[in-house]
Amino acid sequence: MASIDPIISVQRLTKKFGTFTAVDAISFEVMKGEIFGFLGANGAGKTTAMKILIGISRPTSGTATVAGYDIYKETEQIKKSIGYMSQRFSLYNDLTIRENIEFFGGIYGLTQHQIRDKGEALVEKLGLQDNYKRPISDLPLGWKQKLAFSIALLHDPRIIFLDEPTGGVDPVTRRIFWNMIYEAAHRGVTIFVTTHYMDEAEYCNRVSMMVDGKIEALDSPGRLKDKYGVTSMNEVFVRLARNQTRGKDA
Amino acid sequence: MKGFITKEFFHIFRDRRSLIILFGMPIVQILLFGFAITNEIRNVNIAILDKAHDTSSERIIEKMLASGYFVMNGYLESEDEIEAIFQKGKIKAVVVFGPDLDRNLATGGNGAIQILADATDPNTANTIANYAASIVRDYQAEINLNTTVPFQIIPEVRMLYNPELKGVFMFIPGTMTVILMLVSAMMTSISIAREKEMGTMEVLLVSPLKPVQVVTGKVLPYILLSSINAAVILLLGYFVFKMPMEGSLIALMGTTLLFIITTLSLGILISTVAHTQQMAMMISLMGLMLPTIMLSGFVFPIDSMPWPLRFLSNLIPAKWFIIILKGLMLKGVSITYLWKEVLILVLMTLALIGLSVKKYAIRLT
Repeated sequence: MASIDPIISVQRLTKKFGTFTAVDAISFEVMKGEIFGFLGANGAGKTTAMKILIGISRPTSGTATVAGYDIYKETEQIKKSIGYMSQRFSLYNDLTIRENIEFFGGIYGLTQHQIRDKGEALVEKLGLQDNYKRPISDLPLGWKQKLAFSIALLHDPRIIFLDEPTGGVDPVTRRIFWNMIYEAAHRGVTIFVTTHYMDEAEYCNRVSMMVDGKIEALDSPGRLKDKYGVTSMNEVFVRLARNQTRGKDA
Repeated sequence: MKGFITKEFFHIFRDRRSLIILFGMPIVQILLFGFAITNEIRNVNIAILDKAHDTSSERIIEKMLASGYFVMNGYLESEDEIEAIFQKGKIKAVVVFGPDLDRNLATGGNGAIQILADATDPNTANTIANYAASIVRDYQAEINLNTTVPFQIIPEVRMLYNPELKGVFMFIPGTMTVILMLVSAMMTSISIAREKEMGTMEVLLVSPLKPVQVVTGKVLPYILLSSINAAVILLLGYFVFKMPMEGSLIALMGTTLLFIITTLSLGILISTVAHTQQMAMMISLMGLMLPTIMLSGFVFPIDSMPWPLRFLSNLIPAKWFIIILKGLMLKGVSITYLWKEVLILVLMTLALIGLSVKKYAIRLT
């Protein structure tokens, strides 16, 4: 499981939009093989911070390395080392499962041979063989989500970033999905996940809690609960988020 | 890259709507403009009020009906009926012959003929009046054959490059321009906006693909499809409507490709602003289609516009492409005469691409 080598290392990372400071000098480290929960209310700045780490946004100041690469100079290498899945599952609805696998495998530079082998293993594992040639739009939400996750892992990334991956999915499917996350973590993939669901926060090795652009707390769920003298992560969240000044929909 | 283009074709061919816009519309439009919408007149219903009933009036009526432009709808008995028959709406013009046409012509040299046209449609009324007047002039020339009139000035008019004044020669370059604009700019901007809407754009940007590769991958299929469209329109024009092709075919293909790239860059620029497919479509339709149709010289002559519009028309890429198309197809001029228009399109393209890159960079930081 989690080792002590940091795979993501962030120092005083700041992002300003005009006079608005979305991310305010945050510093943290994520260890190799860890499931790291990145929590915060809407508008707390977690999506902005994550966009900087995955190389689609540039910070105003501060430094960070992802998979050992600098986020200013080595975004190319970072992009090759990470996987990404957003709450919208981000597959092409009008393409079949097979075509989606081929396409996403292709843009990550996998060979035809690798795509075929990995693709077959993937659908077999998910039990989707019969739907291989059907468009994604025919699949139920839960299946799309599992497929999107598997496709995001297709190129064996060292870190996978999940942006509210379980939005709009029922509790049972969420549970199954978290099993997939555990399995990936077990293979040594580092998981960086944002979520709204505090029960999911309990599944993480460590969580950070963002309030108004700053990290207010960072520890394992158990220790956080002890610190605030509460029994659930939900209460930890309410305690911390209560003090936020930014609007919920900012 | 190959996978990207394959995927883009899947998108296009699996979406019936985009297929119809891509291939159905150009053909329908060209046929519509070619056959139905024309400013020539034919078989116009007219009524006649003949107070002369003599040789001259009858011969003029005969000539009018024989011309093919006019069809007799009925004879009127008095002026009072004129208003009524116009109001029924069946006829477009009434020709009134004054009394004693023959005798007046013989004695004083002046005959009275009145042409009344329904000017609720001014262009048609104008054309009808001109055609009718020219038939009367023809008759006058016939009866004057024997007498020589001193000091005549007869201008000799020749219509160059389109001697039969076929409207379709004007519509084909125009329609081709509008369609390329629609297919290239609207379809690309919509397809990029769709990726944004679906969240797949984010995934593409997180992937090792460079933004340039993403955009090229999205645009290349449309270059191909637009070229096919252009070829179909030109073939239809050439074979169905006998559009002449006087100039160099290579120059035509080259400039068409240039214009396609110009409109694609416009589409890319739109997609940097539009976040949803609907927004992309609205911007393309309102911001591109309307100005293109109104200000490119396709429908309304630019020279007769007030100066602010004339000035604006210079910013419309379609204007320059229509000039190039007409020059190459109708006039058969060499491309060296059109260097200015080509240069303008090249500069516009570069400016549009530059602007898109800048917009994109702003979004990234």
